[in-house]
Amino acid sequence: MTKLIIDGKEIDVPAEYTLLQACEAAGAEIPRFCYHERLSIAGNCRMCLVEVKGGPKPVASCAWGVRDCRPGPKGEPPEISTRSPMVKKAREGVMEFLLINHPLDCPICDQGGECDLQDQAMGYGVDTSRFAENKRAVEDKYLGALVKTSMNRCIQCTRCVRFSAEICGAPEMGATGRGEDMEITTYLEHALTSELQGNLVDICPVGALTSKPYAFAARPWELGKTQSVDVMDGVGSAIRVDSRGREVMRILPRLNEAVNEEWISDKTRHVVDGLRTQRLDRPYIRANGKLRAATWQEAFAAIAAKAGRIDGKRIGAIAGDLAAVEEMFALKELLAKCGSANLAVQGADAFDAKAGRASYIFNPTIAGIDQADALLIIGSNPRVEAAVLNARIRKRWRTGQLNIGVIGARADLTYDYDYLGAGADSLGELAGGKGAFADVLRSAKHPIVLVGSSVAGRHDGAAALALAAKLALDLGAVKDGWNGFAVLQDTASRVGALDIGFAPGVGGLTAAQMMTFGTLDVLFLLGADEIKVPDDTFVVYIGTHGDRGAHRADVILPGAAYTEKSGIYVNTEGRVQIAGRAAFPPGEAREDWAIIRALSETLGKKLPYDSLGALRAAIFKVVPHLMRVDQIEAGNPADLKTLAGKGGSVEKGPFRSTVEDFYLTNPIARASAVMAECSRLASGRLLTAAE
Amino acid sequence: MSVRRLAPKELQPASFAFSDENLDWAKNEIAKYPPGRQASAAIAILWRVQEQNEGWVSEAAIRTVADLLEMPYIRMLEIATFYTMFQLQPVGRKAHVQVCGTTPCRLRGAADLIEVCQSRIHHDPFHLSKDGDFSWEEVECLGACVNAPMVLIWKDTYEDLTKESFGRVLDGFAAGEPPRPGPQNGRQFSAPITGPTTLKEAT
Repeated sequence: MTKLIIDGKEIDVPAEYTLLQACEAAGAEIPRFCYHERLSIAGNCRMCLVEVKGGPKPVASCAWGVRDCRPGPKGEPPEISTRSPMVKKAREGVMEFLLINHPLDCPICDQGGECDLQDQAMGYGVDTSRFAENKRAVEDKYLGALVKTSMNRCIQCTRCVRFSAEICGAPEMGATGRGEDMEITTYLEHALTSELQGNLVDICPVGALTSKPYAFAARPWELGKTQSVDVMDGVGSAIRVDSRGREVMRILPRLNEAVNEEWISDKTRHVVDGLRTQRLDRPYIRANGKLRAATWQEAFAAIAAKAGRIDGKRIGAIAGDLAAVEEMFALKELLAKCGSANLAVQGADAFDAKAGRASYIFNPTIAGIDQADALLIIGSNPRVEAAVLNARIRKRWRTGQLNIGVIGARADLTYDYDYLGAGADSLGELAGGKGAFADVLRSAKHPIVLVGSSVAGRHDGAAALALAAKLALDLGAVKDGWNGFAVLQDTASRVGALDIGFAPGVGGLTAAQMMTFGTLDVLFLLGADEIKVPDDTFVVYIGTHGDRGAHRADVILPGAAYTEKSGIYVNTEGRVQIAGRAAFPPGEAREDWAIIRALSETLGKKLPYDSLGALRAAIFKVVPHLMRVDQIEAGNPADLKTLAGKGGSVEKGPFRSTVEDFYLTNPIARASAVMAECSRLASGRLLTAAE
Repeated sequence: MSVRRLAPKELQPASFAFSDENLDWAKNEIAKYPPGRQASAAIAILWRVQEQNEGWVSEAAIRTVADLLEMPYIRMLEIATFYTMFQLQPVGRKAHVQVCGTTPCRLRGAADLIEVCQSRIHHDPFHLSKDGDFSWEEVECLGACVNAPMVLIWKDTYEDLTKESFGRVLDGFAAGEPPRPGPQNGRQFSAPITGPTTLKEAT
């Protein structure tokens, strides 16, 4: 620790701090443009100038270490001033220079109202410019479907260049030319390829990089802001949903150090237009092979006519990727009242809800990646299955302390790894302790064995999962104080479903069995679209979008999307989070739990809760840990021994990632024109790469 | 300075390949740096590439060097556009004339040399003459102020120029017989033109 005097106040800070960090610790506000906590230091905007006593000129505090400060002549601590006349004048000077070439187009700029340059010009600038010459003009660049450029506004802080190289791991942006003619661009204006590129818009301190889909759509001060969580993947990134009236206008990240830091993936951010299109806004009934609009009563009556007469065992339910805990719980209870235990959530057949949480969650936690020193990825492509989590892996890898091995498909993960093989035989070999990477895992202090949900998606998923658990145990990934067995669930609903036991009960059918011809008469699909239902089953689809599930449905009950209901979601590490309601469902659509509650009455199996509060109370009674929002109920490592002991034979075939197209994984994304455009650009890239 | 862009597509060759000799040389250059730091050799190699590629750097050449050094293309483009010594447009086959236009040369008549360039080569810098043999540009100080005004052609400087002597230099290049580099007014290096003025007596 080093003593400093900042603005007359003595403060003790770690020696490795920069002056900027020290000043912030002392409570002083330092304006900045190029400096960003999560990026390397560039020191080129000069806005963070402070006065170090004894120095002839102000210094850039972001690039000046505390240990670079010299003590006073009698050994007094170095004295720093952030409010002296010299600093004020320096900031005014820098601001005047920055504004020389910055256009005065704030009224037509999308950044207006949330612009660092605007705010800081008000706070630290002067009222006039002495610059009478022409301003510099810069051509706008094409950067793909998501980032719109207005390069006249660029102040060349190079945050975007550092972000794409360091966080995205796709070093595509750069600064060509020099001096006044420096321009930010990609190589020959190729579209950006990262799935985190949307964050460039947040990271740009001015309006040079703005959101293309959101261009000229709204002003920040007219938006209602709702804190929520993302459901596009299993990570559960913290988001803020900005809405105007009934319409969700945009989605921005919120800070959550434990999950997404301050990044979100492009799918999370730009799926917004999918919330408006292809929506189911009234119930439908299939009559004579065609869907026709109906009232709620008609729809319920049609279901009752079909489901009321049959044996409960011939009824089943499959929940989709975006289902919240509430509706799954209500549906589970309804089916239980009908006498059915045929429950499943998509892609979870291999997981055993009764085997304990440790067997299906990301035990080391996402933040735990920051301590990991060895990582084995089995059958997963985290870059597309959980893009933000992949950025966390890359961040750890960049420190040079993380060894990574991959079993599964070869892919560009934005970091280097040892490729150990494609399929189960390589996994078996490694589990047997063969190969150099086994030693890496054995000698690591905090090893992680990351198992993709695609491993569990195979026919022999349970056996493959058991083999992975055995490997984790044998190679020392599970020890005192550290559970390194990490299942990367790629959907938002799966952990929650397994937690409440939305899984085949005693004598219940799995999803695969329910999809077999002749097993069921009535099947409820709770937003499940990646399901092929046999021909003679009567399908009740409760969902939001006219996607695959709705096309096959016999009765459609329109539900609420994740921005339109308050719902509990459990992310892949088992963290309980609540998504907030930012808008209302369109038309006659209702919140899903309320639909199930209303249906239960028509079926004569009335569920005992009339409000969301009462439903949640019932959930918490059965699964108490869901009450503890934003916390993780740790899994019991002993459960992994049971899982590993299950054994079973694993087929030889290679592991494949479940996510074929990052941009089109769920019904909301498939309804989004922006996601379709991104997907088109990405597949074009794949084609060129293959040539 | 102005915005530096790559040459338009129709001037760009489709590919660039190192000559065997240059590839060996480049590998030697890379070996000067520790493993993983091969990007340090970028400027030296790109300079050699420019020599091989008739005095300018093509888009294909930038990609080839970036591939060799395992750098992202944009990083190589940054280098090529940052340093004005890399020519991004085709230059004259026989001579690319870099006229020093900084103060001492300017005072000693660089404007005359630029006039010659404008009349004999092309009115604007970075344009080829009609026959494609010559091009010119104005550059900042080339460091021979005592021999001002001067020009740099390829690797040689021609100093103490006048309109006439500069014309003769260009004639020489046009004929394929470049004159001797150095002062063109007969003096030795930067010694006084009137002969020695000091240290005349040996003691």
